[in-house]
Amino acid sequence: MTATDTVTAQARKITYRDAVREGLRAALLADPRVFLMGEDVGRYGGCFAVSRGLLAEFGPERIRDTPLSESGFVGAGIGAALGGMRPIVEVMTCNFSLLALDQIMNTAATLLHMSGGQFNVPIVIRMSTGGGKQLAAQHSHSLEGWYAHIPGITVVTPATIEDGYGMLATALGQPDPVLIFENQTLYNMEGELAADAGPVDLRRATIRREGRDVSILTYGASLHKALQAAGNLATAGIESEIVDLRVLRPLDDATIMASVARTHRVLIVDEGWRSGGISAEIASRIHEQAFYDLDRPVARLCTAEVPIPYARHLEEAALPQVDTIIAAVQTLVKP
Amino acid sequence: MPSLGADMEAGTLVQWRVAAGDTVARGDIVAEVDTDKGVIEIECFESGVVERLVVEPGAKVPVGTVLAEIRSTDQLPPHPTGGATAPSSAPAAAASVPASTAVPLEPPRPTPERRVRVSPLARKRAAEMGLDLSMVQGTGPGGAIQVADVERAEPKVGPPGPAQASPLDSMRRAIAAAMARSKREIPHYYLQTRIDMSQAQAWLRAQNQQRPIEQRLLPVVVLLKAVASALRDVPQLNGFWIDGEHRLADAIHVGFAIAMKGGGLLAPAIHDVDRRSCDELMADLRDLIPRARAGRLRSSEFTDGTITVTSLGDGGVESVLGVIYPPQVAIVGFGSIADQPWAEHGMVGVRPVITASLAADHRATDGHVGARFLDAVAHHLRAMENS
Repeated sequence: MTATDTVTAQARKITYRDAVREGLRAALLADPRVFLMGEDVGRYGGCFAVSRGLLAEFGPERIRDTPLSESGFVGAGIGAALGGMRPIVEVMTCNFSLLALDQIMNTAATLLHMSGGQFNVPIVIRMSTGGGKQLAAQHSHSLEGWYAHIPGITVVTPATIEDGYGMLATALGQPDPVLIFENQTLYNMEGELAADAGPVDLRRATIRREGRDVSILTYGASLHKALQAAGNLATAGIESEIVDLRVLRPLDDATIMASVARTHRVLIVDEGWRSGGISAEIASRIHEQAFYDLDRPVARLCTAEVPIPYARHLEEAALPQVDTIIAAVQTLVKP
Repeated sequence: MPSLGADMEAGTLVQWRVAAGDTVARGDIVAEVDTDKGVIEIECFESGVVERLVVEPGAKVPVGTVLAEIRSTDQLPPHPTGGATAPSSAPAAAASVPASTAVPLEPPRPTPERRVRVSPLARKRAAEMGLDLSMVQGTGPGGAIQVADVERAEPKVGPPGPAQASPLDSMRRAIAAAMARSKREIPHYYLQTRIDMSQAQAWLRAQNQQRPIEQRLLPVVVLLKAVASALRDVPQLNGFWIDGEHRLADAIHVGFAIAMKGGGLLAPAIHDVDRRSCDELMADLRDLIPRARAGRLRSSEFTDGTITVTSLGDGGVESVLGVIYPPQVAIVGFGSIADQPWAEHGMVGVRPVITASLAADHRATDGHVGARFLDAVAHHLRAMENS
């Protein structure tokens, strides 16, 4: 055992960005079929610096810069997956993924069905999502809820260091397309990554904080706002249970309903828009499956139904925030 | 669904006596409703044509719920919202009490026709506890009943189980609610006086000698008549205390306390006692008492009482100090008529004597008014031979 091994055997302080990069490295090291491609992932090191250093380590065959052509390179990734490779395709932000929506929905998600079960498409598509960095309306939307509408794919939203690191390996092991939505505001988040961190499941929601008074169902960057709100609410005697949804398709109904059965009051915090969003789907399932456990109608806190503004104060006002979560919970629990 | 008492929150429609298209007149019996106090015949308070029966037999609905829509004969075809129905608006809520009383028996409920709001969890928990949700006060948004309200509510007495509360239990609860409210809200004052019944009894004997047995008058008729006559002299005790205001009634409808076999109590109203003859009053009682005991009273009889009389003379007690039935402001009690020593004109003799008592609401009247009333009762009883 070397000195380096001893150090790495302990939990490391690490950013979410570095955890994602470590996940990519581990995947590239583990399986020669794995490669990364996307806009600026090579020489530039990735728009959010996630893939910095990977080109030098793994070479241009496995870290491939692409033209600005989402439909083209996502389609190429699908072809590679059909050809036996394990492609990781990075789409810079989910806003641009709409250019590749035809490839994702009509090809990747559909081919298994259209081929009578002959062709799985084991592609992993990573995208950044969300607002809060003053990148204006064409770079700041949250479209993971839209993608969760599509049968045939898995949609995951890693919100923690552990999930940022571990979801990729599990996704690469899936026979069918997995979309990973990394919230832009999480890349600088620091946390601990266990020395034995590894693949994590892609089926379960997780209770991040236990509480008896209200269930806050959320995911992505809103998870951390909810946790902070829960801390403040606890000083006022309100105990919030925080459910990190983690996977938006398929939704983990069992964990959600078990939490509802404990608290009887639900707030869904969703950075997507309210109308027709994933929050509406979750609320509907709760009414279908846990109606008789409810003591209040399900409440939702979503992003204002506007293109995300550029101005900082307007952008902050448009997104769910700690204080608006606190206010929503207080309304929900007061007699 | 009319309110058939201050404590009534909901009623179950047992059956319709009319069908859509029937022509009805005010006062017609249109439906039967099961309440805590038994099955009650509901009188119509509008004239017109039944447009639509809204509530199905078997449904339990809160007070104020539209039961049926009636198109007035002098009205255009109904508004789509059913505007022809009496209790569908705030002013009409007062009219949901049958119109023969000018004063509504209780303040209009704030949201008369709205469904009771109960959270799904609260409804489930109440069912598990065997709790009647109409007995639960909601504290949630818009008065919604939440699980905490259910758990705060009094648990059902007796072993848990799906068994339905018996009608007697619900009558007991209704009495408990009304009497507890009375003692909680009404500052009672009490007066009593002994009254020589010689003249009244002599008058009764003379009357009854001329009558076949089935038409003979009972002493209680004389007592009712004397109370009604005294209320004409002292009208302040005939009415209600509603919303911090003393409201006099413009008719004298005496609620007469009737004990139920097997326990419980009803006080259906005898209408216009001051204008009825003793024979008519006796006929009223002969009709009313068996109907009350069979649980077949009419809605107006439940709601119209302007004062209550309780006579416990049959039980041999000397006097009774009553508990006022809110929102009334007085209750008159009579004990038994018994031979007692009586001093008059410096002589002691034996006379048939009754003790009359008054419990009255001190918010509405003072002891002086009560004293004048009891004196008037005594005066009218002593003057019976002249009537």
